[in-house]
Amino acid sequence: MDILVPIKLVPDLVEELEIAANGVALDRRFMRLIPSEQDDHALEEALLLKERHGGSVTVITLDTGDTDDTLYTAIAKGADRAIKVTGESFDEGVTNHAASSVLQAAAKDLTFDLILTGAQATDDLDGSTGPLLAARLGLPFVGYVLAVSQEDGGIVVRKEYPGGLVAEMTVDLPAVLGISAAEKPPRYVVTAKVMEAMKTATIEEVAAGDADAQGAAELARMYLPESGERAEMIEGGVDQVADALVALFGKRGLLG
Amino acid sequence: MLISATWRSTAPVEVTVTSTMTSEPTLYDEILEATPHGERLNLCLQCGMCSGICPYGFAMEFPPRSLIAALRAEELTSALDSDLIWLCVSCFACTSVCPVQIPLTTSLLTTFKAESMLRGKVPSELQAALENTRRYGNTLGESPRRRPEWASHLSPPVPLMAEAKEPVDVLWFVGDYASYHPRSQVVSRAMARLLRALDVNFGILGPEENSDGDAQLLSGEKGLYEMLVLKNGKAFAKYQFKQVVTTDPHAFNVIKNEYPRAGVTVPIQHYTQFLAERLDQLKPLLHRELNARVAYHDPCALGRANSNNIYDEPRQLLQAIPGLELVEMAHNRANTICCGGGGGGNWLDGFVWEQAHARTSEWRVEEAVRAGAEILAVACPYETPRFEDAVKSTGHQEELIVKDIAELLSEAMRD
Repeated sequence: MDILVPIKLVPDLVEELEIAANGVALDRRFMRLIPSEQDDHALEEALLLKERHGGSVTVITLDTGDTDDTLYTAIAKGADRAIKVTGESFDEGVTNHAASSVLQAAAKDLTFDLILTGAQATDDLDGSTGPLLAARLGLPFVGYVLAVSQEDGGIVVRKEYPGGLVAEMTVDLPAVLGISAAEKPPRYVVTAKVMEAMKTATIEEVAAGDADAQGAAELARMYLPESGERAEMIEGGVDQVADALVALFGKRGLLG
Repeated sequence: MLISATWRSTAPVEVTVTSTMTSEPTLYDEILEATPHGERLNLCLQCGMCSGICPYGFAMEFPPRSLIAALRAEELTSALDSDLIWLCVSCFACTSVCPVQIPLTTSLLTTFKAESMLRGKVPSELQAALENTRRYGNTLGESPRRRPEWASHLSPPVPLMAEAKEPVDVLWFVGDYASYHPRSQVVSRAMARLLRALDVNFGILGPEENSDGDAQLLSGEKGLYEMLVLKNGKAFAKYQFKQVVTTDPHAFNVIKNEYPRAGVTVPIQHYTQFLAERLDQLKPLLHRELNARVAYHDPCALGRANSNNIYDEPRQLLQAIPGLELVEMAHNRANTICCGGGGGGNWLDGFVWEQAHARTSEWRVEEAVRAGAEILAVACPYETPRFEDAVKSTGHQEELIVKDIAELLSEAMRD
């Protein structure tokens, strides 16, 4: 099975996020980027499928910055090809609508049976890139997938529903899946292998054509959470906050 | 009658190695070549002292002796299928008792961990610490930019090497835990106060400092270790200083014993050595009496690891505190029991508990209580939080508190 895994890079929360002067975006100047967690799971699921059934894994990212490390790490883990799609103003971030159109154009030149994306990215929790890409390619889509197995030319996926329900679905190939969690936690790859990939592997660069961002939501305002009128904010140092919490829990009868 | 026996041979044993190298080096070859004297593995007489002294040997499928037997028999499948190698906390107990001086910790056990890691058998807690190190240069997954933040409200400020105009006498290698862990930060601030009181001209690397690499190397992640040596080596090379002093025994151990083999050589002391050399200057500053019985826990990395043998200096410092009564635990000096934090063990607590249902840190706390200690004194940034947890989990909160020697000294300086 040949599998395509688009990986999105999202803000790394190790650094505090700041809102840009225009008030509708994050300030990306000092932002570090990290692969979105579920995309890492999508890659793991792809590698597990390749180990089980053969085929190939191709990872693809939009060049929004800090991409090379992610791509070389994917190769060190066992991916066969790494593609970086470059485009003007990608480093200012790309909407999911635009990203899906760029990925659609890139996918046209690739052979694949399956596209695995993360079910949703940690930055917008929107989960729209997978279904948009599937719609653009005219392929079936199943989101919130926990496991994939190959059966008689097609695949069977386990999809998670709210309330602890799981459905098994037979899906015709080719298809696009949104992975919530791989069957195993993403693997560790030793640094020596990543360094070797940096020396020996090639990242293929493809220039993006015009992105179609039509339909993307327009951001009116980005702001930090504001406390509601009924919320009581506990101020002070760690000890003061801890004392206040203990007193509060005691008053509500929550402490034995 | 008391019988004492010396197991170590005094004369170095000559070893001849017949190479069995084919085109692909075997795991056996890798172990032989992992460290200097790795070839001593050939001398193993299967006496089993290593497995007997191993704190988690009882829970391991393949403690060192059995692992060597499996290697020799070329029956490695079950040893490599088992992930119990991760119970090894690199405490160097096996190495220190081996009668033929095989560097078991750094060669055999570390190579097996590396092999286990290549097979994807690394417990997830440790995996996160390694991924954090690769990405952020510290095991805790904190922002490198914030490395010097522990000192941000100290006055006078702790000088950053990048901002210091003059060469310094002491480059203080602070380390990951001492920089980021809230409990260990308290100790770092006490240390800054001691250096000030002794008029030491010092600086820290701040954001330019990376994890020392001891845990990464001993958990078998050699490539990551090499990356860290390169980064720390570059930072050392940028500045002028007479010596490095570190508050972290693991940093001391790896910088002193392993960095030179990677081409980075700097004179380094653990802070207890540095302060013990200045006891004449320090003693008059220690006014406040501390009327308490104190037991000192010897960290593996300062003591038996690579025969660092730093046992007296920490005790000299404690005895300089007026009123303090030093008591010894049943296991002390080279016989110390590991806190469980070495060789990646600091990130394997969940795994170790699952597999062994025991915590060496709890054994240690019980020993301190049995020795009649009211304070467990430590000299390693892992240990304050580890032992404080163990004091709570054993229910000894009313009897025992945990303090770093730097804290006790700093408190004794107060009027």
